[in-house]
Amino acid sequence: MARVAFTQNLQRHVECPTADAAGATVREVLDGVFTRNPRARSYVLDEQGGVRKHVVIFINGEPIKDRTALTDAVDRDADVFVMQALSGG
Amino acid sequence: MSSRIFVATRKGLFTVRRSNSHASGWEVAQAAFVGDPVTMFMRDPRDGRQYAALRHGHFGVKLHASSDDGRTWNETTTPVYPEKPADVEDVIDPMRNKPIPWTLDMIWSLAAAGADQPGVLWCGTLPGGLFRSDDHGKSWSLNRFLWETPARRSWFGGGFDLPGIHSICVHPQDSNRVTVGVSCGGAWVTENGGETWENRTKGMYANYMPPEQRENPDIQDPHLVAQCRSNPDALWVQHHNGVFRSTDAGRQWHDIPSAGPSTFGFAVAVHPNDGDTAWLVPALSDEKRVPVDGKVVVTRTRDGGKTFDTLRSGLPQTNAYDLTFRHALDVDETGDLLAFGSTTGSLWISEDQGDTWRTVTTNLPPVYCVDFDKSGA
Repeated sequence: MARVAFTQNLQRHVECPTADAAGATVREVLDGVFTRNPRARSYVLDEQGGVRKHVVIFINGEPIKDRTALTDAVDRDADVFVMQALSGG
Repeated sequence: MSSRIFVATRKGLFTVRRSNSHASGWEVAQAAFVGDPVTMFMRDPRDGRQYAALRHGHFGVKLHASSDDGRTWNETTTPVYPEKPADVEDVIDPMRNKPIPWTLDMIWSLAAAGADQPGVLWCGTLPGGLFRSDDHGKSWSLNRFLWETPARRSWFGGGFDLPGIHSICVHPQDSNRVTVGVSCGGAWVTENGGETWENRTKGMYANYMPPEQRENPDIQDPHLVAQCRSNPDALWVQHHNGVFRSTDAGRQWHDIPSAGPSTFGFAVAVHPNDGDTAWLVPALSDEKRVPVDGKVVVTRTRDGGKTFDTLRSGLPQTNAYDLTFRHALDVDETGDLLAFGSTTGSLWISEDQGDTWRTVTTNLPPVYCVDFDKSGA
């Protein structure tokens, strides 16, 4: 199971406790989290399922490459971190 | 006469009330969403429900509603774009040569229909979609006609990278008749509740465009469209090129060649009971968006734009660089009370149709929207 943690900045708007989720890609892992926490989805992804322009997702400290389809591979036991990009806001 | 003003800003929503303890007779009495950009506010006069559109810098657009007069707020259904069908071609932004996304970027306008259409709300957005709700905002649907019109291929951003709908004027006697303003894309009118629309810009022009495009309806940039409540055929537009008015529901627009120190600006307000009386807040020019000579003024016509008074009593007249955005000027239901806010956080109020002004505050965040509570409360 990957472990998904969210920036404190997001907790101000919607509760996002760190969650474990199974999946081989970022999409699968996040779907697992958002199924249990549906309100958080629209804060991280836009309505077409892409990562919001000023949100960054890291896997084990490396930013993901595919921000549209979220196909980056996620190892079992990976740490996924969702944070606000410093570019915007 | 109104006793409450809602002020949406770059960093929160503020409620201003009458006060005996402040020299202006008004004071900031309540704050909500402090720190968050509130791009639009609406109080539905039919049920008193309040709506605030947030544009989180990182986390997207969210619509919130309050059913207890602004004491508490809850996130409600935000209008979102449908999935783009695979067989639908992208609309390419002609200025940036990039596809217009099917994602909500900002809520730029909100309007309630009349008592003849309970529950109907309209929402104008960047990147140019108009949404309608038939159930007080519980669900929203994208207006297909405007989203699918070939004319949208000519629309482009004005003030933002993406085109957007900033004005929604619902006819006070017939909610099926709606006029919307698009920057940049014209002034669209429906007479059947949004099933079909026509772009009414005859008489508008854009001298800053190539000559071939000057009168193209689909590139016109009406910064704001304002409608007279008692005479809904009387419309005013503060356009990127200047000031225009129509007395026949937009079928013909007339250029207002001079309006005090400048015809450039964003905001315009119309007297609710007199379509010949309107107020504007001019800025120097497109390329210098500051008051002329550092003096904040409001211009007022009482004769349909033939002549204007330049109103400055009580407003800063030295080294003032306040700009007033398109939604940041409002007139109350009597036509006597006016308020406007600025990009530098000032809020001014007049109780005599603009003859004299008082400063409520100079310390707000940049003001996006000023809206009187028109219920008389």
